[in-house]
Amino acid sequence: MKTDDLVTMLAAGVDAVDPNVAAQRYATAIGWGACIAMLLMALLLGVRADLADVVRLPMFWVKIAFVGSLAAASLVAASRLSRPGAQLAWVPAALAAPVLAMWLLAALVLIGADPARHAGLFFGATWNTCPFLVAMLSAPIFAGVFWTMKGLAPTRLRLAGAAAGLLSGAIGALVYSLHCPELEAPFLGFWYLLGMLIPTAAGALLGPRVLRW
Amino acid sequence: MSEGEKRLRDLLVRGLAGDAAAYHAFLKDLSAHLRAFLKKRLVRLPDEVEDLVQESLLAVHNQRHTYDVNQPLTAWVHAIAKYKLVDLLRRRSGREALTDALDPVNDLFSSADTEAAEARRDLRRLLEQLPERQRLPIVHTKLEGLSVEEAARVTGMSQAAIKVGVHRGLKALAAKIRQE
Repeated sequence: MKTDDLVTMLAAGVDAVDPNVAAQRYATAIGWGACIAMLLMALLLGVRADLADVVRLPMFWVKIAFVGSLAAASLVAASRLSRPGAQLAWVPAALAAPVLAMWLLAALVLIGADPARHAGLFFGATWNTCPFLVAMLSAPIFAGVFWTMKGLAPTRLRLAGAAAGLLSGAIGALVYSLHCPELEAPFLGFWYLLGMLIPTAAGALLGPRVLRW
Repeated sequence: MSEGEKRLRDLLVRGLAGDAAAYHAFLKDLSAHLRAFLKKRLVRLPDEVEDLVQESLLAVHNQRHTYDVNQPLTAWVHAIAKYKLVDLLRRRSGREALTDALDPVNDLFSSADTEAAEARRDLRRLLEQLPERQRLPIVHTKLEGLSVEEAARVTGMSQAAIKVGVHRGLKALAAKIRQE
């Protein structure tokens, strides 16, 4: 086939393209993924019984803001990385900011606390399950976001896969925080982050293989 | 933004709104720019240029829903062409031939080359390997110029199936090119 014939073929009878198609697909994938994660959390782990009291504590909202801002920044990263030629610009800084803020808070908490309490603040009661449960809850969102990204056009596949993984990890962590009993900054700054980094690493590994087009 | 880019962007925006004539003009101009761009970068593989022009055009078409009208067209096309170029070089000769990172984005629309060489890969042959539910919609609506409604009548498929078949078939065609 000659190139001119290909051009004619591609242009023949083209339909209008919905300019919001990428946003709609991300919304669908994240919406369904988060619903399934909620269901998994409610059935397998259970919403924490004292949630009504916990929501009055400022630290609960600090936790929500921490994972929520990471979710928002990684959503921007994922949507830009699924578009050829789009610049990341300020996005890396927006990803680093909540992490650095949480580490700063953790440092202040540890400095102000009796050294005998340090281990308790860091390990909490659930350090050995938290990262895996966050990763588990992120799985349905991970699948949806990867499927969405595959239908778009990422050109930096490893980075795009990592952004998709972090996005699913952050939303998984958001869901998990309705179950999780931990509220101390040293715990959140390490174990929550680790939980979100598991799907991030999985995304970086899978990206170059799965996202090709 | 250069005059050429402005014109092309305008054609693409109209094409994305469903104006087939504007979209045809966009793809035709774009193929000349892509050819000049790829020729410069495939000095050692001159026979591959026309195949890669075609592969890039198909990619631009299949991924046209990822163009954001607020984004410079050069950056978008350049990223697609470079992605397909790197993909080809990886398939052909391993990693050593990758293009330099300093590749300037702006020179894409500054040159054009309308002298199409023969493509070595015949897309028609690949098209024939597609399953019927994808091949027939493409043949009828894209090659014979039937409307979706007419193609549905001829094939006995639903209009929705015709549209899906075209969409999936062109993606499958791109996948077949990658596997070659």
